[in-house]
Amino acid sequence: MNAHPDVTIQVTGGGTGTGIAALIGGTTDICQASRAIKDTEKEELKGKRSLETVETPVALDALAIYVNNQNSISSLSLDQVAKVFLGEITDWKDLGGKPGKIVLYGRDNSSGTYVYFKEHVLGNKDFPPAYQALPGTGGVVGAVANDKNAIAYGGIGYAKDIKTLSIAKDAKSPPVDPSMANVLSGDYPISRQLFWYTAGQPQNATKALVDFVLSPDGQKIVSEQGFYPLKGE
Amino acid sequence: MRSSPVASELLRIPDATHRYRKRRQFLDKMAEVLILCFASIAMAIILLIFVYVGREALPLFWETNDGANISSSFAPPVVWQPVSTNPRYNVIPLVLGTLKVTLIAMLFATPLALGAALYTSEFAPVRIREWIKPAIELLAGIPSVVMGFFALIVLASWLQAQLGLSFRLNALNAGIALALAIIPIIYTVSEDALNAVPQHYREASLALGASKVQTAVRVVFPAAMPGIGAAMILGFGRAIGETMIVLMASGGAAIVSLSPFDSTRTMSATIAAELGEVVFGGGHYRILFFIGSLLFVITSLLNWIGDRYNRRMRLKLFGAE
Repeated sequence: MNAHPDVTIQVTGGGTGTGIAALIGGTTDICQASRAIKDTEKEELKGKRSLETVETPVALDALAIYVNNQNSISSLSLDQVAKVFLGEITDWKDLGGKPGKIVLYGRDNSSGTYVYFKEHVLGNKDFPPAYQALPGTGGVVGAVANDKNAIAYGGIGYAKDIKTLSIAKDAKSPPVDPSMANVLSGDYPISRQLFWYTAGQPQNATKALVDFVLSPDGQKIVSEQGFYPLKGE
Repeated sequence: MRSSPVASELLRIPDATHRYRKRRQFLDKMAEVLILCFASIAMAIILLIFVYVGREALPLFWETNDGANISSSFAPPVVWQPVSTNPRYNVIPLVLGTLKVTLIAMLFATPLALGAALYTSEFAPVRIREWIKPAIELLAGIPSVVMGFFALIVLASWLQAQLGLSFRLNALNAGIALALAIIPIIYTVSEDALNAVPQHYREASLALGASKVQTAVRVVFPAAMPGIGAAMILGFGRAIGETMIVLMASGGAAIVSLSPFDSTRTMSATIAAELGEVVFGGGHYRILFFIGSLLFVITSLLNWIGDRYNRRMRLKLFGAE
C-alpha cells in the first residue's frame, strides 16, 4: 500500500460465489476463490463483459479435519472421513475413540470450502440433515473448540485451539499430517489451490497487486497467514 | 413557534397579526403536505420491496427451474438440500425451525418483559425506574451479531453443560439469545401502554380497598391489554425476521424435529447464508425469494390478526375505538 498511495483496495467477504458473482457483474476488479471457477461462470463472464477469465493461483491450502483437543483420535482414512460426513458413521467408538455421538460442523453451502469438500471428499453425495452449517470458518473453529464430540473441516490457516487429524489417502498408505511438506509433495490428500480471478489480463494497479502476491514478499505474507506458498519455503 | 418578543410585537398591530396568522396557516399546510409526502414515500418503498421479492419468486408457479417449483417446496421428501446433484427444496424444515425458535424466544421474553414493565410502571420507586428503563432499552442497542457471538461461545457451552445436550448449538440456545433481543421491544411498548392507563383507574381500585398488587394485576394490566398485545406482536415480528443471532447460534442444520434441543435452521438464516452463492434467476435463487415472501406473508398476517384483536379489546374495554 505504501508503494501505491493512490490506490485503495476494498475487501468484501461473502464467499467464493459472492466474489465471482461480483466479478461477473463488474463491481470488482479482482476476486479471490477457494475453488476453481465453474465453466458456467466463465461463460457468463464472457457473455456479460466479453472478457476471458484469467486465473492466477496464489497459494496452497490444506483442508484440515478439525476435532476437539480432548479427542483421543489422531488419524483417520479419507474413506472414514467421508463416511462420518455422510452420516454413515455416527459414533466415535466406531472409529476407535471414546463413545459419543459425532457432531458434524462445516461451512454453509455458499462457501467454496463446502463445495470443495463435497466434491473431493464426499464424492458429490449430500451431507446429512444433522450437518450443522455455520457462516464462517472462525465460527466452525469456535464450535469445535467448545464441543468435545465435534468434527469439522476447514482451511489449515484457521486451526487454533483445536486438533487437526492426520489423513491417510487409502487403507494402504500411512496417515500424514497437513504440513507444508506433505501438501507440496501431494501426500496429504485434501489440499487445494487458492485462486485470484480477473476479467481479462490484470492491468495497472490490479496487475501490480497480482505481481506482488506472487513475489517473494507476497508469498511470505501467504505463509504468515497460515497458508502455504506455491513453491514451498 | 416564533420567539415571544416577535410575537408580542406583532400582537400590537392587528394587520400584522392577520398576516402572521395567514403565514402560520400556510406553514401548517406545507408541513402537512411534507409529512404526507414522507409517509407515502415510506409506504411506496415497502410496497416496492414486496413487489420485487414477490416478482423474483413468482416464476416458481409456472416453471420448473433446476428441479425447483412451487410444489417442490412442500412435496416430500421433507429435506432442504439445495446444493446437490439432486437438489431438494422442501421449505417445511425451515418453516418449522423458524416457528420453533420464535416460540422459544417468546416463551422466555414475554414473562420477563411484561414482569419488568409491570414492576417499573406500578411498583418501582421513581429513582429505580429511572435506572431500569434505560438499562433494558440499552439491550436493544447491542448489535445482534454480538448477541449471536455470545450465544455461540458462552451460552451454548453453559446450556450444554447444564442440560447434557448432544447438540451444542440448538433451537433453545438461539431462542434464548433471540429473547434477549426482543425483551427491550416488548418491555418498552408494554411499559408505555401501562403508563397510559388513566390514573383514576388505579385510584378507584385502591379506594375500593384493593391492594396494590390486585390493582396492578386485575385493573391496570387488563386495561393496558391492547397495548401489551401490540408489544407482543412487535416482538414476535422482530424475532421471526431476526437473522444474525439464529445464523450464529442455532447450528444451521435443517432437521425436521419439534425438540428444542436439536440443531435448527430458520428461514431468515437460510436466506442470509445462501443468497450470496446462488445463480441469479436459478431455481435456488427463486426458492430463496419464495421463502422471503413467505416470511413477509406470515408477519403481515400476524400483524393483521394482532390489529383485529387490538380493536376488539378496545371495543370491549372502552366501548369505542
